[in-house]
This record gives sequence, C-alpha cells and structure tokens, in this order.
Amino acid sequence: MRERHPDVVVVGGGLVGLAIAHGLLRQKLRVTVCDEGDRDFRASRGNFGLVWVQGKGVNSPPYARLTSHSARLWPDYARQLQRDSGIDPGHTRRGGLSLCLEIDELAEKSAAMAALKAHTPGFDYEVLDAAGVRRFLPGASPDIAGGIYSPQDGHVNPLQTLHALLAAFEALGGTYLPRCRVDDVSHRAGAFSLTTSGPTLQTARIVLAAGLGNARLAPLVGLYAPVLPVRGQVMITERVAPFLPYPTTSVRQTTEGTVQIGDSQERVGLDDGTLPEVLVNMARRAIALFPLLRSAQVVRTWGALRIMTPDGLPLYEESRSHPGAFVATCHSGVTLAAAHSELIAPWIAGNDAPTLLETFDGARFAL
Amino acid sequence: MAPVSHFERLPCVGGEVVTITIDGEAHEVDSRWTVAAALIAHGHTRCRCTPEGQSRGPFCMSGVCFECRVDIDGTPNRQACMTPVAAGMRVVLRQDLRALA
Ligand SMILES: Cc1cc2nc3c(=O)[nH]c(=O)nc-3n(C[C@H](O)[C@H](O)[C@H](O)COP(=O)(O)OP(=O)(O)OC[C@H]3O[C@@H](n4cnc5c(N)ncnc54)[C@H](O)[C@@H]3O)c2cc1C
Repeated sequence: MRERHPDVVVVGGGLVGLAIAHGLLRQKLRVTVCDEGDRDFRASRGNFGLVWVQGKGVNSPPYARLTSHSARLWPDYARQLQRDSGIDPGHTRRGGLSLCLEIDELAEKSAAMAALKAHTPGFDYEVLDAAGVRRFLPGASPDIAGGIYSPQDGHVNPLQTLHALLAAFEALGGTYLPRCRVDDVSHRAGAFSLTTSGPTLQTARIVLAAGLGNARLAPLVGLYAPVLPVRGQVMITERVAPFLPYPTTSVRQTTEGTVQIGDSQERVGLDDGTLPEVLVNMARRAIALFPLLRSAQVVRTWGALRIMTPDGLPLYEESRSHPGAFVATCHSGVTLAAAHSELIAPWIAGNDAPTLLETFDGARFAL
Repeated sequence: MAPVSHFERLPCVGGEVVTITIDGEAHEVDSRWTVAAALIAHGHTRCRCTPEGQSRGPFCMSGVCFECRVDIDGTPNRQACMTPVAAGMRVVLRQDLRALA
C-alpha cells in the first residue's frame, strides 16, 4: 500500500508538521502524516494567530532573522496555500502593535527593539506615545503609556490556516492518518519502521513534529527534545463591529468581528484548563487598553499549551545516530509556518541545511 | 419498557397577555412564550445576519444553535429561544454587527 511506504513520514499534524509536509509534497516527495487524537494537547487548535516579528529573538540574532524571514515569506505563502487548498488562511500584514500601560514597560520595550533592529536586517519599528497609538487604534485608551508599532507584524485566522494546510496537503496527494499514534520507531539498514496505533509504516525519512509529544519520541531516534508546556488562556467575545484595524500582542479582532484576548504565560504542567483569576486579569488589562471592551460579552474561554524549549528558541536537527530522522519544534508555529514549508522541507528532502537554521540544533541543551 | 422522557412539557398557552416591542412595534403575546416563539408568531423568521450577509433566525428552539440571537432590553446577542417574554420587553433585530460604545 502506497501510504505504508512513503518517502517521508511526518509525526504530528499540527501547524509545524503540516507546514513541513506541505513543503515536502512540493518537493515531489510522497508524504504520510500520522496524527494522534482530538484529546491531545494541540497548540495549533488554540493559539492567537499572530505572525509576529517584534520581540522575537531580541537576544538571539539567528532567531530574529528566521522570524523576520518567515514573516516576509508569509504573503506569498498565504497565496500558495489558498491556491493549493481553496481556503483563505486570512493572512494580513499591515503591521501590529504591542501596548504598554506603564512608562517603564515602554522604556524596556524600546531598548529591546533597538537591540533587535541592530541585528535584524529589514526590521523596522516606531515607538509611540498614547496619541501615537491612537492614530493606529482609535479605540485605545488615552491613559496608556504607549506602544511599539512594527510594519513587519501581521496575523492569520489560525483555524483557517490549519484547515488550509490540511486541505492543501491532501489536495497535493499527501496521506493524512488521523487517530494514528506513533508508539515506537526502529531503524535498520537505513530504513525506519514505525509502530503505530494504525498501520505499521516503513520509510527512509521521518520528521518528528509532534509538539509536546516530541519529548518522548526524540530519544527513539537519538535526538533530544526537552520541550515543556507553557499554558496560555484565551478569551473570545461576541462579534462586534470592526474597531481594531491592527492586531496587538494581547487583543486582536478577526475579520468576522470576534475579539480575541489572551497572553497569559503559566507553567502548570499538562493542564490546559482555565482559571477565573487569570481570565479576570486578562479582561481587566484588555479593558485598560481598550475601554470599549467593557461592554463586550465574552462567549468562550479556553487554555492551550505552548511548546517551549529550555531557551525558548526553535529546535531543528537531523539525528547523527539515525540519519534521515529529523525533529522540528518551536513556540511560534504560526509565524514560522512559511519558513517551515519553504526552508525546512527542502532540507529534509536532501538539500543542504539552510544557513538560517544552523544554530538551532539540540547540542545546546546537552549538559 | 416504555421510553422515559427527560423533558418536561410546559403549557404554552393560557398565560396572561403581555405586550412586547419587536423593532419598536408593539405586539401582544402569551406570557408563557419564549421570545423566539413571539418572533415566529409575528412573522419575524429572520432576526440576524452572518458576517457574510446571510439571514438567520430561530432554528433549533432549544438553545443549541445560537442562530436566534437578538438584542433584548439593550443586551445584544441573547438567545431568543431561551428567554421567556416579559411585559414591556424591547426586542431589536440586528442585521449588522453592533458597535462597542
Ligand atoms: C495560547 C497560545 C497562543 C499562541 N499564539 C501564537 C501566535 O500568536 N503566533 C504564533 O506564531 N504561535 C502562537 N502559538 C504557538 C503555536 O500555536 C505553536 O507553536 C504551534 O501550534 C505548534 O504546532 P505543532 O505542530 O508543533 O504542535 P501541536 O499543534 O501540538 O501538534 C502536534 C501534533 O502531534 C500529534 N502527536 C503528538 N504525539 C504524537 C504521536 N506519538 N503520534 C502521532 N501524533 C502525535 C498531536 O496529536 C498534535 O496534533 C500559541 C500557542 C498557544 C498555546
């Protein structure tokens, strides 16, 4: 059977796995994606949808360059996805803002932006006071300290993006196996054999893109992926008339009118629940930024788990002991989806590792 | 064994007659009706619009589909099928998204 002997098996059908898998099909490879189940922790179904450059890689020039590159690729990538899938991922790139209530916070952010600009070609930003912010976002409170605008920032509709990736993958002939958990991987004579809850699969190349599942899977092929969950809680309001023409890091409005609020960061293990006290704080802060939100009704909340490496940077590596086995994981899988499809896929297909990815191997986590 | 229904059948007529307004127009309705029943009885089967501009109205009548949302006494997006009418209630049907104020 064709899907049991593909050229590449991608483990994990979230944003990371599907973006890579979509790229691999465009490299003319035969690809199967195994994806576990709906009860899993799946960041790709609970995220905030930003394609975000400002603030990424302030202390890591390679990460800043990779992020910036991916954000630049996104407009074309969004068109490609729409062509391949017929589904609009809802990408816009008109710039975005991060807002500060306190003046110290703004000073700190300004310094970080200066550092980022110094090592990131093509990155631009503006520091704004409250009046400056209100020229972009008239609904912002005149009492905030200000914010940072960067024209490189943008956002997508995250669920439409995931849907578009899956539809594009299937339209280009990929095999998607849902409810297919990879339990074990063995390696003999240059070939991998995957024991799954479904069929056993044979392949020469395997990509571990299982999000939090990578921590368990990586050692099976001589890799190390010590990822840990960081919870984020999200609040959704009723649809209201457009009042936020630009996304911000904690409040954004979708084209349908929904307002999404959320930026909590909690280390609570494998718990994707919500806590009223955290939600209340998020709501208070959102109202302090945009007083209009006081009358918006909240219709849904959820928690979802980010996938965090010890230093917060992505991890991309080919196994030395098991050549042909790769791991790919990151905490900003929306932002980096374009790079994953355009840079990582050709590398996995056999091209040289792109220089942009060089410093992201797991050797840095070795004791 | 005969199936047991977990639903309780409520009397739907025989209450008092109360007056509500729908888009400013006064209507007499039975006090045991829901707002959705009042909307249907008075021919308002389209009570809101999707972002794509398609009309929506009461459908499941049981609080599941959220298609019958209307403004009730100034609160937007209330489920008409889950809200009993009350004397003097103001119901407003909305074809666009409300602006926050
Ligand atoms: C609240 C929140 C907000 C976020 N906001 C943003 C944002 O604004 N911008 C941004 O760029 N990123 C954001 N992120 C991060 C982004 O969502 C993630 O980086 C991305 O979704 C990770 O995708 P993934 O494919 O690695 O992981 P997942 O979505 O977790 O997918 C992993 C998949 O692997 C499967 N799997 C696991 N184990 C196995 C196994 N053994 N066999 C088979 N399948 C397996 C799972 O079922 C799952 O489908 C946010 C995350 C959160 C939680």
